[in-house]
Amino acid sequence: MPTLENKLRETLSQKQILLMTHLVLGYPSFEVNREVIRQMVENGVDLIELQIPFSEPVADGPMILKANQQSIAQGAKVEECLKFAEEVTAQFHIPFLFMTYYNILFKYGLEEFISRAYNINIKGFIIPDLPPEEGKEYLEQVKKRDLAPIQIFAPTSTLERMQLLAGNGAGFIYCVARRGVTGKKTDFGQDFDEYIRRCRNATSLPLAVGFGIRSKKDVDFLTGKADIAVIGTETIRLVDERGPQAVGPFIGGLR
Amino acid sequence: MIKKGYYGHWGGAFIPEILHETFKELTSYFEEVKEDNSFWEEYLQIMSSYSCRPTPLTYAENLSNRFGGGRIYIKREDLNHTGAHKANNVMGQGLLVKRMGKKRVIAETGAGQHGVATATMAAKFGFDCTIYMGEEDVQRQRPNVFWMEKMGATVVPVTDGSRTLKDAINEAFRDWVTNMDSTHYVLGTVCGPHPFPEMVAWFQSIIGLEAREQILKSFGRLPARVYACVGGGSNAMGIFQGFLQDEQVALVGVEAGGKGLTSREHAARLAGSDASPGVAQGYKTMFLQDFDGQMLDTHSVAAGLDYIGVSPILSDLWEKGRVRFTAATDTEVMEALELTMRNEGIIPALESAHGFVQAFKEAADLDSDEAIIINMSGRGDKDIFTIANAYGDPSWKEFIIERAEQYRKG
Ligand SMILES: Cc1ncc(COP(=O)(O)O)c(C=O)c1O
Repeated sequence: MPTLENKLRETLSQKQILLMTHLVLGYPSFEVNREVIRQMVENGVDLIELQIPFSEPVADGPMILKANQQSIAQGAKVEECLKFAEEVTAQFHIPFLFMTYYNILFKYGLEEFISRAYNINIKGFIIPDLPPEEGKEYLEQVKKRDLAPIQIFAPTSTLERMQLLAGNGAGFIYCVARRGVTGKKTDFGQDFDEYIRRCRNATSLPLAVGFGIRSKKDVDFLTGKADIAVIGTETIRLVDERGPQAVGPFIGGLR
Repeated sequence: MIKKGYYGHWGGAFIPEILHETFKELTSYFEEVKEDNSFWEEYLQIMSSYSCRPTPLTYAENLSNRFGGGRIYIKREDLNHTGAHKANNVMGQGLLVKRMGKKRVIAETGAGQHGVATATMAAKFGFDCTIYMGEEDVQRQRPNVFWMEKMGATVVPVTDGSRTLKDAINEAFRDWVTNMDSTHYVLGTVCGPHPFPEMVAWFQSIIGLEAREQILKSFGRLPARVYACVGGGSNAMGIFQGFLQDEQVALVGVEAGGKGLTSREHAARLAGSDASPGVAQGYKTMFLQDFDGQMLDTHSVAAGLDYIGVSPILSDLWEKGRVRFTAATDTEVMEALELTMRNEGIIPALESAHGFVQAFKEAADLDSDEAIIINMSGRGDKDIFTIANAYGDPSWKEFIIERAEQYRKG
């Protein structure tokens, strides 16, 4: 089985920039999730983050926070999320990742969770509240199975810090475009160019850029600078406002 | 090797990458001031001139005689400026913020005491100040909201989740990840990522240092037991640190029993059996959470105890058997409050009254040549609406209705 990085590089040889999208499992419902994923894949999305809801999503802004809380309030369980993931990874042949907070893994049992994810063909994990200092066992368990423990760079990260993070990562690096939480607009200015240059200097892994990417203009701006553009909150907003069928045309118009 | 910021296997720093440098900076300033005697001197100086330290240790003679056992002493943290032990931590962190050169502070608050203390400190030191407070707590601690705003702070009601303390902490973190260059997050208790538990415990240790000296002076020997209410655990850690090394002193933490330990409407992490190990809000401890790891709704009549987690330091002391944990129900709290007011003319905060409940239950088990100390973490004035309501006080009701009529007329 090719590793996530190899798979991404293969796709990158055909496309200038990849698209990664995100959704919160169980919000507004698993049924809508299913339709949204279908629309995303049919319109060329290259990989998808499935967020398992957590009651205290500190790195997320109001929109994703509400989605997490509503999903849980409607009764979404971790087991259901895992079953759903199993279903979509069998149906759609692009890489899927789990995004969630550490407590979900910790409570499930770290090794059990990772091995379950491996068995259902999940390719990697994004855990924003688990720095490598706290994640020794997690990193071992994930790497042992050739899965990708995606590491996160921030504009506040120094070059040395980025190198340390990259050394612990695999697959790609998730570069947070700006300070703050998910869901607000990002102004890409000169600081951003310097930041991306620092990221490139620190690692040879592909770079994904996320937080505040909403339009073709943003994706165009990132083309040539980053390898993957991450669309998060925007599709949740779209589904809220115009329903799942609006996702396809939106994604189709990004590249 | 024991990892920094760990107490047994509890604690740690589960922080998003964006805050890595901020925590590195904070930790290094904290390490620096810990070694700097002049910093502690400056802290003592401001706590004696701006607050009321040392706070007295009051002999509760009437209550002692009523229960007829151990002599009851009350450590009067209510006599701090702003009426609670929260000032100890806040003034300490305020001095640290001055050193770091930051110009804005943010804080979460439950009972509003930590928010008021932070707003006070910000006014004195000239910082901008934003306080996050769960919407439910804004309602039940309205007088404190008024004072925070009067001192120039912006109070942001948090409408997400359970609309209590944990949600206010999440919102404060969300602010911090945006504004970390200008802003320090004054966390109000011995929880959260390292170095907060250690730092807050250090500032609060002043309670125990004083109490140990005071009881030896007035009673001539160490107390048999020390009682403190436990929300996050800062007032408890404060007083316990004075006696941790004295094995003969039993340390008792009292959590919020709410409507009872089997009611699912409580906030007893260590005294009950509903909590399990978890990682949230940046640290590992015993959390009230479900099978999946989703945090549960908690309940207490006392907003300051109404919280899902507990200090990692206390989880460790609990596991090692050094601190015993019990819980007091909402009803017991109202009874202890009334007894204390009637017999001693002292009004404990609803939070503090939890400690009184357990002390009253156990006082008679001790001999009259033994002493106990109750840490009175704060004064009850802030709770006037809740307490008056619980007693169904008719003249108070009349007054509120009259006042409302006047406002309505304009
Ligand atoms: C008077 C008082 N006591 C106790 C507490 C609980 O906090 P901790 O356990 O950190 O002392 C609070 C918190 O708001 C409080 O205001």
